[in-house]
Amino acid sequence: MLTVVKVMTVHQDDIEKLAELARVRIPVEEAAEVTARIATILGLVDQLQSVDTAAVEPMANPLDAVQRLRVDAVTEANQREAFQAIAPAVENGLYLVPKVIE
Amino acid sequence: MNWEVVIGLEVHLQLATQSKIFSGAATRFGAEPNTQACAVDLAMPGMLPVLNEQAVRYAVMFGLGIGAEIGLRSVFDRKNYFYPDLPKGYQISQFQEPIVGRGHFDIQLEDGSVRRIGITRAHLEEDAGKSLHEDFHDQTGIDLNRAGTPLLEIVSEPDLRSAEEAVAYLKTLHSLVTSLGISDGNMAEGSMRCDINLSLRPAGSDTLGTRAEIKNVNSFRFVEKAIHHEVERQADILESGGKVVQETRLYDADRDETRSMRSKEVANDYRYFPEPDLLPIVIEQSWVDSIRARLPELPAARRERFIADYGLGAYDATVLAAERPLAEFYEAVAKGCGDAKIAANWVQVELLGQLNRNDLQLSESPVDAPALAALLQRILDGSISGKIGKQVFEAMWAGEGDADSIIEARGLRQVSDSSALQAMVAEVIRDNPEQVAQYLAADETRRKKLSGFFVGQIMKLSRGQANPQMVSNLLNEQLADAGENGDT
Repeated sequence: MLTVVKVMTVHQDDIEKLAELARVRIPVEEAAEVTARIATILGLVDQLQSVDTAAVEPMANPLDAVQRLRVDAVTEANQREAFQAIAPAVENGLYLVPKVIE
Repeated sequence: MNWEVVIGLEVHLQLATQSKIFSGAATRFGAEPNTQACAVDLAMPGMLPVLNEQAVRYAVMFGLGIGAEIGLRSVFDRKNYFYPDLPKGYQISQFQEPIVGRGHFDIQLEDGSVRRIGITRAHLEEDAGKSLHEDFHDQTGIDLNRAGTPLLEIVSEPDLRSAEEAVAYLKTLHSLVTSLGISDGNMAEGSMRCDINLSLRPAGSDTLGTRAEIKNVNSFRFVEKAIHHEVERQADILESGGKVVQETRLYDADRDETRSMRSKEVANDYRYFPEPDLLPIVIEQSWVDSIRARLPELPAARRERFIADYGLGAYDATVLAAERPLAEFYEAVAKGCGDAKIAANWVQVELLGQLNRNDLQLSESPVDAPALAALLQRILDGSISGKIGKQVFEAMWAGEGDADSIIEARGLRQVSDSSALQAMVAEVIRDNPEQVAQYLAADETRRKKLSGFFVGQIMKLSRGQANPQMVSNLLNEQLADAGENGDT
């Protein structure tokens, strides 16, 4: 059975910062509850971190296989029309998005 | 206070592959917007990256070129941030286990001194697309042709101490990667972009000061200017008792200043984690060895060879060996005309001079190596003088044809016919009795000076085409004769 060994301190402003980085909107009235729930998850992570892993090599992928490489050749034709047909806004071949600088 | 400048550079080098690092879309520069952005580059659902072998080979070649440890096992990670020109919401990069580890190369400064600069690491990653903020009435236009172009990010140690050293580092790096053939190194097209990490510390101190990072500087000249500007800015802050803030700044070439990027953009937390769509990259030592065996000649080795084989001076050898296209051009001219020194002189003075004046790349030169070699042969075999050679070169540059046809068409062949020269010398002596008398009355040293007058007159008479060596000999003979006749 899992027991939380140490609850990592996480504050509401940490959650607000993370939400901004992840572009997730958390309503003010839910912020306290989300903070408490994430604190519990982090507690679990803390517990995992208490395991001695000094002799364990970090794993980048669970499969016992290595990446196959592709020959450097152009295999994709221009399909701009098809892709832009489903885009909300295009102009002069460019995708248009809301302005990202002031 | 006396400040020591500490600089480390991060260079994003675009690798010269045909296709992208994780997709089969083309990487050609200058294509119509979004015509080279396939479903993988657009991050359509379900698309998976497949790594380009050539990008890995180029990274290994770079590692071997700087004597680095090659990561036989390397891992790709996701670097997470949101920006519209990054459709996946993350960039595939390498964080913990890069493909190229510690290495170094030497830079040569203008005073001839050499410094060894450490390379911390180099890793593979994909480029993002381009955002165009103008002309779209409160919207931003996105071109994803560049998204997924392979980059090698090369991180130096904070070993550089001045703008001059930073520029020498970039030029040496440019010469290395173009010689390896792993990048076209075209800075104007963004193939080599540079971030500058810069801090100051009191001279003699060995702890580092707080640094600022200047992003995306894309010419040697701007690197130099951005560094000068930033050094001044930080010195002003420190000398007035303030503290440098660790931040990202942008260099604005139009205003020649660096300014802070918005704090929101700076507050990045990239939340790296291993890319689950790619397995670890494992390469065999035997593959690395076979790449090493086929590595092209590098600039430092080529420079030594030019000194040893062609008898060039250190300066000429450095200039001619730095870039592979120029080195190949030079060698073709030297072999074609059979005289390495005259070839070195003409390639550096006439050819590079014309290219600079016309703001052209070597590949755009209207005069190719065999054509220049053919011209130099005419100087070497005495058909024309070096001075006339320059005229012929200019005509060749203007597209008037090859050296021989220009020499024929303009009647520039040097007069080496001794009877024709005899007549010209005699004419000049006959027409200038006063100068002849002065000459005959003068002593040996003064005679040398006075003979210059006659040579000048003869050259004028021959419209510059008289063979100077023959003129000098004939003149001496005839003046001596004149002296003897006058005595009798």
